[in-house]
Amino acid sequence: MALLEVNNLEVSFVTRMGTNKAVDGISFSVETGKITAIIGESGSGKSVACYSLLGLIPQPPGRVDGGTALFEGKDLLQASESELRKIRGRDVAMIFQDPMTCLNPFMTIGKQLMEPLLFHRDVTKAEAKARALQLLEEVGIRDPANTFDNYPHEFSGGMRQRVMIAMALINEPKLLIADEPTTALDVTIQAQILQLIADLQKNRDIGVIFISHDLAVVADIADQIVVMQQGKIVEAGDSDHIFHHAEHPYTQKLLAAIPGDSKQPEAHPETLIEVRNLCTWFGQGKDAEPVKAVDDVSFDIRRGEILGLVGESGSGKSTIGRSILRLVPVTSGHVNFDGTDLTQLEGGALKQMRRRMQMIFQDPFASLNPRMTVFDTLAEPLLLHGIENRKTVASGVLKLMDDVGLARNFVRKYPHEFSGGQRQRIAIGRALATRPEFVVADEPVSALDVTIQAQILDLMLDLGKEYGLTMLFVSHDLAVVRHLADRILVLYKGKVVEQGTGGELFEHPKEEYTRALLQSIPGRSLLD
Amino acid sequence: MTSEIISDITEAEQGTSLWKDAWLRLRKNHLAIVGLVLLVALIIIALLTPWIAPYSYETQNLELGATPPSAQHWLGTDIFGRDLMTQIMYGGRVSLAVGFVATSVALLIGVTWGAIAGYVGGRVDAVMMRLVDIMYALPFMIFIVLLMVVFGRNMLLLFLAIGAVEWLTMARIMRSQVQSLRQQEFVEAAISLGLSPGKIIVRHLIPNALGPIIVYTTLTIPAVMLLEAFLSFLGLGIQPPKTSWGLLISYGAETMEEFPWLLIFPGLALSITLFSLNFLGDGLRDALDVRRSKD
Repeated sequence: MALLEVNNLEVSFVTRMGTNKAVDGISFSVETGKITAIIGESGSGKSVACYSLLGLIPQPPGRVDGGTALFEGKDLLQASESELRKIRGRDVAMIFQDPMTCLNPFMTIGKQLMEPLLFHRDVTKAEAKARALQLLEEVGIRDPANTFDNYPHEFSGGMRQRVMIAMALINEPKLLIADEPTTALDVTIQAQILQLIADLQKNRDIGVIFISHDLAVVADIADQIVVMQQGKIVEAGDSDHIFHHAEHPYTQKLLAAIPGDSKQPEAHPETLIEVRNLCTWFGQGKDAEPVKAVDDVSFDIRRGEILGLVGESGSGKSTIGRSILRLVPVTSGHVNFDGTDLTQLEGGALKQMRRRMQMIFQDPFASLNPRMTVFDTLAEPLLLHGIENRKTVASGVLKLMDDVGLARNFVRKYPHEFSGGQRQRIAIGRALATRPEFVVADEPVSALDVTIQAQILDLMLDLGKEYGLTMLFVSHDLAVVRHLADRILVLYKGKVVEQGTGGELFEHPKEEYTRALLQSIPGRSLLD
Repeated sequence: MTSEIISDITEAEQGTSLWKDAWLRLRKNHLAIVGLVLLVALIIIALLTPWIAPYSYETQNLELGATPPSAQHWLGTDIFGRDLMTQIMYGGRVSLAVGFVATSVALLIGVTWGAIAGYVGGRVDAVMMRLVDIMYALPFMIFIVLLMVVFGRNMLLLFLAIGAVEWLTMARIMRSQVQSLRQQEFVEAAISLGLSPGKIIVRHLIPNALGPIIVYTTLTIPAVMLLEAFLSFLGLGIQPPKTSWGLLISYGAETMEEFPWLLIFPGLALSITLFSLNFLGDGLRDALDVRRSKD
């Protein structure tokens, strides 16, 4: 018998606007010792389905309309709140996307680990502590005895996720639900966490539900894959079936969204930007050693090319882009843009140059002013640089909206009324408004769903051609970069460790670090 | 094609500003509109008082003394036989003026000061905020007494003195708002577009910081009115026969048991003002928060 058997689950949200069926009659099962992956875009109902099993959706507006969810023969949907409370955290545990927001910042991780144990089981504090230490060791926290009394902010993102996993496992659950547990992490860390989850699941022989928007992430670990779209399961099967014999067009679309081969590099003889011995250090007070975010970096960007910049968080890749654009103060070195040294510019001259270089940011939720309509956001650069005047600005804005594929009747809406992909389109429109020659794209798609990622990348490629753009594409995702970039720079701890075309780097990586990065690409087997 | 663009443009140009949208939303909030109408009415009455007041504020009738509301004196008279309604009308002039002028002064200085300190940061911020700390540390009473002694007693000075104290908190609130906002990428985007710091503050930072500022402003206006009453009571503000709501209330409180109307009516006037302000402030905050009300 399956550990969890969900039959015809229906969940809807009742709002003033009407009833919205979030989960529409789905059935799936989870076996002990197997990983079942649920794949879908945001809004597909994948998280709602799992949360409703544990009574974790707010009711109202949420409402479970029907179905059964037999967990070891007991129907979770019929269980009372107090019964569910006993099941949650003991028999079924969850890990979430963002470990920082799920840990209490004012409590040491040791205390937080012991809490569920003391709540659910009859143990002494000393026993709980011994158990917690043992688990921290198991999830790969170095020196748990000494870090036991540390606070969450003293850990890196990957380590925090390990703590979260330890917390989930501390009561030895039979079922672990992992909701996008690696989405907020770097690729190399992601690979480690995926490995950890797979190992723990094998060693402990538990069932795992792994929720993700990205098929590639689960390629190496999932036994069963369930693909959801708009509240329905469109396809389900074992991993081999989904990846090699997918039948449903949506599954095929998801597979197609996994970035493919290396781009055939094009020749770009003319140099647009020369970066020479660039250093950007961030001081930490008078006596402390500065943080060398960018440390003596030199490279060229040629007119019309897309230069990929890859590295983990903390490698300085974003800081290089921001240094070139003069968004952070440069410590030393030069950036020659078409013969002008950007590091020496001030005031009006700098403003003139800003028109020629723009930036697209990672998080379209943060990079748009929440109190400005699309119209205001797009009109601002047009008016500022005198590209349009008050009379012609409206047609300029509409032209930009056409270019980035936004419907014209959205012009009066505010950012919160848009989806992530649409917001990124607005942000791209704003960056292109000044008709720049050079654009820094800082992880422009990593906050988006995979299918949306593919659309935005295509849009950027098309617009790049149309506007004759030179682009510095910053990303932690090698698969995306090699699909897009003519040349790639690999960055590690503020220094360029390797550069070459996508083909060269993938076939013959010279440096150890590049090899490690390549190993971490999720679903690497799919790429070849 | 052209006609299509033109029709789109006219649609686009309508209501694309935050303020216009906010007004459209505010109009749907009945409580806020009631508050707004009452406030406007109070201000109009205050402005027209010299022409519409039933009596002169100096007119005493010692023989009459304190009388309850009657046909001649709708709200009664005080112990000197002065018409209470006239007093409340004249008092409103002072109280509303103090409330709005001093708060506006505080708002203007505080928001500008806090926004600049928060946006520029570093040494400028340190110096500007230390100045605020020093002002905070000065005993308020001594500060006012000194001002009064040096410059003599006058209304304008009273406004300035109160404003000069109230802006400090405003500056702190604004600074902390701006500090967290300026970390956001949309500010970086504005810098990379080439906007000047002034424009970034006015167009991007202040509109996003308005929520707490509006709430604090609606709290400041009544606080300022009470502060004026306190100062006047100590003999540092308005002096009889001129009066204000705060003074009327404090005299009314003394004779509350014998002549309750002397406390009730001025208190009512102040309460109506405060309620209106709160409703309007809440409404404004919601209206300016584009995320809250969807239509």
